[in-house]
Amino acid sequence: MTARAAAPLASVVAALALATCTSVFEIPLETPIQPKLDTSPFQRVLVAGFIAGGAEDVDANLETVRLLRSQLRTKSSMKVIEADVVPLTEIAAQQPRADADGTASAAQPNAVLPLPTLIKDEKDLDAYDFVFANTNYWKKLGEEFQNPLIVTGTVLFTPHASAGFVQREREVIDQYGRRSVDPVRTYMERKGYILRPKFVFIDGRTGATLYSEVFREEVLYNPNQDTPALSSYFELMDRLIPGFLGTLSSQKIRGTRVLLK
Amino acid sequence: MRKTIAFAVLVLALGARLALAGGPHRDAQAQVQFGIDVANKGLWKEALYRWEKAAEIDPKYAAAYNNLAVAYEHEGMFEKARKAYDKALELDPKNVSIRQNYDFFKEINDRASRRTTR
Repeated sequence: MTARAAAPLASVVAALALATCTSVFEIPLETPIQPKLDTSPFQRVLVAGFIAGGAEDVDANLETVRLLRSQLRTKSSMKVIEADVVPLTEIAAQQPRADADGTASAAQPNAVLPLPTLIKDEKDLDAYDFVFANTNYWKKLGEEFQNPLIVTGTVLFTPHASAGFVQREREVIDQYGRRSVDPVRTYMERKGYILRPKFVFIDGRTGATLYSEVFREEVLYNPNQDTPALSSYFELMDRLIPGFLGTLSSQKIRGTRVLLK
Repeated sequence: MRKTIAFAVLVLALGARLALAGGPHRDAQAQVQFGIDVANKGLWKEALYRWEKAAEIDPKYAAAYNNLAVAYEHEGMFEKARKAYDKALELDPKNVSIRQNYDFFKEINDRASRRTTR
């Protein structure tokens, strides 16, 4: 076959191949994520207070209440109740230990361990879990604020250190003055924080827990970086907030998909 | 000899093209194309209807199921989206675009259904 004859034949085959090929169209897509909790029975939300522990230089109870209230004011359809922050740790200390059904177990004082006054870790926080099962307390609080959805829980914000190899980028300039970036592995001792909140959503009409969710985020900084604890707290909360809001209101996740023909 | 082989390839390609262009598949293709046009204009419910129709006309048309899955995703109907992706991949397991869509979908679906309660 001569080259002259082969050229048109090849183009015909190519055109046919193209015609039989699947066409591809990229399209932006917003996927709706439904809220995890049905908040339709509630017109109002009360971010009551949290059992907080860990780093002493941040009042995690106060800061969490303030941050969640401000987020809910702009991103929720419910009216946010402005009330004094509940000092939940102190209230817990005055409460009888209750079982899940709200019945006090103070009748067996020997079986009840004292509450830790200084909350340092998750184990200390676990001792306070009975507070959220005290339906009588939450129902009473709900009545006080016209039966809202109550947001409460625990917040543990603790300092954290970790040592290990970290990959960094090093700028290199060669003999011709050209710049390039090389990855370098360096052993480093880094410090930071772990934020571990547990959000508990309570029905203010009945005092019953509707839903609870635990989040965990951590951040580590290079040794030469001096980041205040409060900045770290907000940095970590920023990462958690979409998850928290996703419990109460629908969210849209933007992406792209490929449509085929 | 070369001429004969080239001719045979051409005839086979033409035959395949004609077979694909025939009746029901062509109707399904038209529905799929219309669905793509309206989806690009943001009319996802209409697109969904067209792709459902295409899958009904030609149940072996992987593209129709892929697009249908995307439309279900857009409507937040995740279980239906998963089934449509599964069907699309069953019909065309080596299609990279379908696989990529499915991976993105799974990531979002896992996020939506994740519950870290204690």
